[in-house]
Amino acid sequence: MTKTITIDPVTRIEGHAKITILLDDDGQVADTRFHVVEFRGFEKFCEGRSFWEMPGITARICGICPISHLMASAKAGDAILGVNIPPTAAKLRRLMNWAQTVQSHALSFFHLSGPDLLLGMDSDPATRNVMGLIDKYPDVARNGIRLRRFGQKVIALLGGQSIHPAWTVPGGVRDPLSDENRSVIRRMLPEALDITGLALDMLKDALDSYRDEEAMYGNFPSLFMGLVTPDGGLEHYDGLLRIVDADGNVLEPGLTPARYREVIGEAVEPWTYLKFPYYKPMALRGLTGESPHPNWYHAGMYRVGPLARLNVCDFAGTPRADAELRVFRRLAPRSKLVNNSFHYHYARLIEILFCLERIAETVEDPSITNDRVRSHAAVNNLVGVGVSEAPRGTLFHEYHVNEDGILQKVNLIIATGNNNLAMNRTVKQIAQFHINGKKLDEGVLNRIEHGIRLYDPCLSCSTHAVGHMPMVVEMVDAN
Amino acid sequence: MAVVTLTINDEMVSAQEGQSLLSVLREHGIEMPTLCHLDGLSERGGCRLCMVELEGNARLQAACVTPAAEGMMVHTHSERLVKYRMMILELLFSERNHVCAVCVMNGNCELQYEAAKIGMDHVRYDYLNPALPMDASHERYAVDHNRCILCSRCVRVCDEIEGAHVWDVMGRGANSRVITDLNQPWGTSLSCTSCGKCVQVCPTGALFTKGATVAEMEKQHDFLRWILDGREKKVWAHGNGK
Repeated sequence: MTKTITIDPVTRIEGHAKITILLDDDGQVADTRFHVVEFRGFEKFCEGRSFWEMPGITARICGICPISHLMASAKAGDAILGVNIPPTAAKLRRLMNWAQTVQSHALSFFHLSGPDLLLGMDSDPATRNVMGLIDKYPDVARNGIRLRRFGQKVIALLGGQSIHPAWTVPGGVRDPLSDENRSVIRRMLPEALDITGLALDMLKDALDSYRDEEAMYGNFPSLFMGLVTPDGGLEHYDGLLRIVDADGNVLEPGLTPARYREVIGEAVEPWTYLKFPYYKPMALRGLTGESPHPNWYHAGMYRVGPLARLNVCDFAGTPRADAELRVFRRLAPRSKLVNNSFHYHYARLIEILFCLERIAETVEDPSITNDRVRSHAAVNNLVGVGVSEAPRGTLFHEYHVNEDGILQKVNLIIATGNNNLAMNRTVKQIAQFHINGKKLDEGVLNRIEHGIRLYDPCLSCSTHAVGHMPMVVEMVDAN
Repeated sequence: MAVVTLTINDEMVSAQEGQSLLSVLREHGIEMPTLCHLDGLSERGGCRLCMVELEGNARLQAACVTPAAEGMMVHTHSERLVKYRMMILELLFSERNHVCAVCVMNGNCELQYEAAKIGMDHVRYDYLNPALPMDASHERYAVDHNRCILCSRCVRVCDEIEGAHVWDVMGRGANSRVITDLNQPWGTSLSCTSCGKCVQVCPTGALFTKGATVAEMEKQHDFLRWILDGREKKVWAHGNGK
């Protein structure tokens, strides 16, 4: 008798999802599906609006990482205007983007995944949450809150508010950074750096006790995608698109992000609202013969986000993060890449360190308080693509406008969407490892959920296409 | 002009005969919500927010188009009036797509202000969600019909102050729309002088400066008083020597 197990809802992620696990007659996992069950519709309802409004509108896609959308959207707007934004504006945008990465990664590590990592995957579900963490490890929980506060505070100092600031606009930013606010950022930095150092030590100490997880939680070869600086360094705001394979072979050394369509395709499935982006050149190899396999595009699976960014870059670019990156790379066999999604946690902490170091550097830049921060122009290009690295991965905004700047077509590939194939694969791998005809307990289901948490997905953000897809998969007995 | 005496909210006040009730109320410090009224423009009585109760008259009257008269007994904030004002505001919000969070006038909008002031915290009616376009063909300004409340301030200021009469209203009822010239893209209008008066008097984010982003628009009405005072004192007259 086959059986379906449903985990609904998946908790401690941003957004709503459920997982179904199909068991065969022997109680072995036959297949798994990670369903994203919410629908937003941004691509459709933005049509007819002006591209000037898009940073404000698309920031509403998310309350955790509105800044990422502000960046990508404003950059797409810059492209439509055809302007180079003032250098100070670019530095300020970077500053906010780094702050955003710090706060979002802190949330993921301390609050969403921390309870699993510190209290145990199988601990009492009633206390396996941030409140339980506060009870048992008050210092860790407090540190998490403080670190997140640092990021949010920097965002607020720049943009006037920490969530949905209307500060990044096509052509630059709205307000410069004051001397006073620069000093505030400077004063807050040492504590944030200390907390990050402690968290890195804590995770590295704990790695030994997570050998099973390391081996089975999303440990498979895949491609990796991320932005890099022109010389190959770690990059979050601008730069070139690089794609490498699991062995570290570079498939796309540095593609201009506006050409992303040439290498990224999107597939849809009827059982989830989240699209499946894939790397075209690899996936198209599966499209041979008259009736290609329904999963033909799976060959183009790639991962994005902290793990991918650390895998695609040649170096980080700041002293402490580079030192950590060297240690991190020793997790993989010589000349290979870190293929275990479990190490997203580790990569996240290294990125926090990198962002803090970059913030520290940038606030000392004498030109950072210049007040020339906005370029003015009219519509000069009818298509604009803005690409940036959101905390969860590469984010694409593509706008097609008419000569008045009214949107005719919008395409958004949200960071989490890029990881859709990998998340499904991870769920299946964990389920196959833990469920083998034996009795199921809550701890096992939580482990499967943790597979999703590794990617820190933002599901509410990533479902935006329009269309009707029935969502009717429930607990079903084959008989 | 003769002076009349009337009672407003149980207090005796005097006013000039023929003076609009709205101006009498405001002279006496009574706050009245308005959206279509703007000092300096002709009255339209369209938004109905300034409605008052007159004793002996079963129908509510818009104070902006009702002249003060001897012996009038006026009530401005009865339960019934507040209920109707709330209803009017809710209907305005449900009629088009007012999304304050991403609007250029967020924080400076008169519609938003009136709704907040009266305590409107939700809309009881179904939103109509009409599919309305945005016209950004003008070089400097844009009109977003989603945010228009058909107050016709733009129509009146363009006709009465600028003298161009670019704007007008087309259609009927909830389907009405403000149009430029003969319902053509604003950017192709031959009569528009690009003076921007319509933008400055618009109470919402329907008319705005192109390129403005969320909460970035602030509108100035004081030019109206300045122009009209000058007109009264004939400082604009030809051959004035100034």
